[in-house]
Amino acid sequence: MLMKYLFGKNEDIPPGTASIFFSFSAIVWFIIGTGLGSFNAAKLAYPDWVTGFEFFAFGKMRQVHVMAVIFGWISMAFAAAMMYITPALGNTKLWSEKLGLWSCMNWNIGLAVGLFTLWMGMTSGREYSDFIYPIDLILLFAVLIPVSLNVWMTIAKRRTQGIYTTNWFFAASLFMLMIVLLVGNLPEYFHLTGLTEAYLTWWNAHNILGLWITPVAAAIAYYTIPKITGNPLYSHRIGHLHFWSIVIFYSTPAAHHLMSAPLPEWLKSFASVEGVLILVPAIAFVSNILLTLQGKWNMFVENIEVRFTVTGVLLAIPLNMQGGFQQTRSINWYIHGTGWIVAHAHLALLGFSTFIEVAAVYYGLQVLMKRKLYSLALANFHFWMLLIGFSIYWIAMTIAGLIQGAGKIYEVPYIDIVIAEHPYMIARWFGGTLVFLGNCVWLYNMWMTAREGTPVPAGRMVHELAYER
Amino acid sequence: MFGAALSMSMFITLVMPSFNIFSVGSTALALDKQLTYGFNSGWNPDDMFLSGANKPLKVLLKQDPQTGAATEPVHAYVFPVNARFPSGILHPKVLGAGSDVLSVEQGKINEASEAQGAVFLVRHGEHEGASYPYIENATATRGWTADAVLHAAGDANTSHAGAGKTIFVREGCWWCHTLLPEQTQDFQYFGAPPYLGDFNGESPTAFGSDRKAPDLLHVGSRNSSKEWMMMHFFNPRLVQPHSIMPRFDYLWGKTDADGNKIDYAAWRKEFVQYRNGERITPPEVPNYRSDSEIRYLIDFVLNLK
Ligand code: HEC
Ligand code: HEM
Repeated sequence: MLMKYLFGKNEDIPPGTASIFFSFSAIVWFIIGTGLGSFNAAKLAYPDWVTGFEFFAFGKMRQVHVMAVIFGWISMAFAAAMMYITPALGNTKLWSEKLGLWSCMNWNIGLAVGLFTLWMGMTSGREYSDFIYPIDLILLFAVLIPVSLNVWMTIAKRRTQGIYTTNWFFAASLFMLMIVLLVGNLPEYFHLTGLTEAYLTWWNAHNILGLWITPVAAAIAYYTIPKITGNPLYSHRIGHLHFWSIVIFYSTPAAHHLMSAPLPEWLKSFASVEGVLILVPAIAFVSNILLTLQGKWNMFVENIEVRFTVTGVLLAIPLNMQGGFQQTRSINWYIHGTGWIVAHAHLALLGFSTFIEVAAVYYGLQVLMKRKLYSLALANFHFWMLLIGFSIYWIAMTIAGLIQGAGKIYEVPYIDIVIAEHPYMIARWFGGTLVFLGNCVWLYNMWMTAREGTPVPAGRMVHELAYER
Repeated sequence: MFGAALSMSMFITLVMPSFNIFSVGSTALALDKQLTYGFNSGWNPDDMFLSGANKPLKVLLKQDPQTGAATEPVHAYVFPVNARFPSGILHPKVLGAGSDVLSVEQGKINEASEAQGAVFLVRHGEHEGASYPYIENATATRGWTADAVLHAAGDANTSHAGAGKTIFVREGCWWCHTLLPEQTQDFQYFGAPPYLGDFNGESPTAFGSDRKAPDLLHVGSRNSSKEWMMMHFFNPRLVQPHSIMPRFDYLWGKTDADGNKIDYAAWRKEFVQYRNGERITPPEVPNYRSDSEIRYLIDFVLNLK
């Protein structure tokens, strides 16, 4: 079927096909990625668990997990959401389903090759830009540019007046991601060295999170919440404030990842101040969404997509509080380089962003396949596995981080820190494994939805139908 | 407006820092590091599988390579034919003001060629009244050839730290170990934090962001025992039962120093017996070949002073 579409005529491809392929790819990468995470966590708890194989060593597997979840799960779910939300908001069709399918295929192949090379030890040695640059270039030209073109053209050919906030974010984030990947990999293209290399590594990492993952996740919530609850967005002005403050404040504090490195002092101070200002977009976003829900809070309990989205939005509150303050000098010296940061990273990616995307994939697949969710019970199970698993992970790593921080400043022999952390490493492994298992159930649920979900009658909306199981 | 906002942000976070960082002069350590590690320790077309190919060697010379007369011990950095030069040699500007002029005028680094190989030294000199470290191309200034210097030093005084850094990057040691004692704290045990000018010419810096294990920047001064390192890399639980560090026994390769096949399965079985108290002594760790990856890695670790 895929072949027929890839080489067929664009008009023959049913609308939404690209998004459906992206959604299922994203779910599969989610399972692979969290499975790898769980494996790594086990290695940190029991180093002799699987041993002696060169390619199962922690140092070769860690980056594979990170890249698989960021560029497989998170970014593909974004692409899936963009490919059905953008046309829906423009009251039109996707510019080219065929191009969408091609980018989906290139993405899956490119990412698989990239992860494989990474796993074989072919790395640039730079965190979050670990892929060797030929892979970066393939992903840029064969994936990012086609996806962006599709989204931009769909917006340009819209049949509505004005552009809704969500589409503003989509269009701008795609553009900014391109710039970030181009500039962030300069050290590899042109062999830049020394502190410039170190700084650009974190400039790239910070901006992938700040100009891609955070705004796109927020944009999705701007769509799903008004759409499903039926309430109009509380304030478009706050939406604009959010957008502009992301561009201005979120793009600048890259150096706060290097607070204890020998960078110029002015740069660190500047980054630290700008970092606190990230609270502006954060508060704008959270309050806007929560106020939109006025009068519809019952849906938080009754509707699975709203529950996922709002949980993600609520998780953005501790996320941004933590983010704003942990990067000031007065706190950073304590927690820098500890498990606290790992907990924070998962709060952002596995908490805030993932929960919002999961909702988008649930909703998008039902709308596009015109079928009601197969089982609410399984979806509830998925929700709780994710939430409980994530909470265990976050609590365990935060405590481990505080222990490490104390061990660091009191300079206890390092091995005592390793011993003290051990129980939390086991807890993190347990929590992460719940997430992984929950995802396997999710794939089953969505597969069954595709095959056996009750068809949605023409003219009705998915969320109007009652759940059946 | 969007363009203006984004450009402004780029200007402050990219252009200004680049100029500022670019103006930093190298310390002697930065010269030592780039001459030790060579062109690039991450993936690059010259070393696609990160095996440590085309890397320089750092040797301790105790005699003049031409006359054989005993001299003060001095470190020399040997680039065999086709080993890639680091940025500082290719673009002396990278070394920073003072060092660049001295390296070119007195050190003659622009006469060095990768195709013929070269030997470099780190020296100190005066330029416009101030003292700077600089690089001397001993092939041009003293006629030392790579082969002669390697021969004069001998294998025991030759360090493969450059290839070792590649292994360090490939094996992901930096996901657990940092190379960055923090400025605010923790340098009493881990040693002095690095200076602004310590990194010129190094790539990737790989100093790590996430620390689950001791900082390694000065580990060679804490612990310089090759035997301890061997046991620890073969199986960290041999010397530290609570360690979570992975085993790196596979870096020994298929055979040991005498060319005998290493029987990993038997070793692991004996280790399990030892751990369960069924054996009194742990199994012996095999001696490594002088061209094995573990040799490179241990040379790198011991070179971190
Ligand atoms: C999973 C995390 C992890 C990885 C990966 C790892 N290590 Fe370790 N390493 C540790 C821990 C924990 C300790 C402290 C306990 C011990 O001595 O084993 C340690 C200790 C050390 C020590 C002794 C430090 C001291 O202060 O005496 C050295 C040297 C070392 N590691 C080198 C390496 C090298 C080289 C690599 C890569 C080939 C590596 N490690 C990979 C966790 C790790
Ligand atoms: C969508 C889900 C997830 C995302 C987006 C995600 C993302 C990340 C990121 C960005 C890092 C790097 C953190 C840092 O450098 O500070 C990381 C590390 C890690 N993750 Fe995940 N993760 C996810 C799920 C999981 C799960 C389910 C587990 C299972 C236990 C897990 C285990 C780990 C481990 C063990 C590390 C290494 C931490 C360390 O080096 O100390 N992750 N992950």
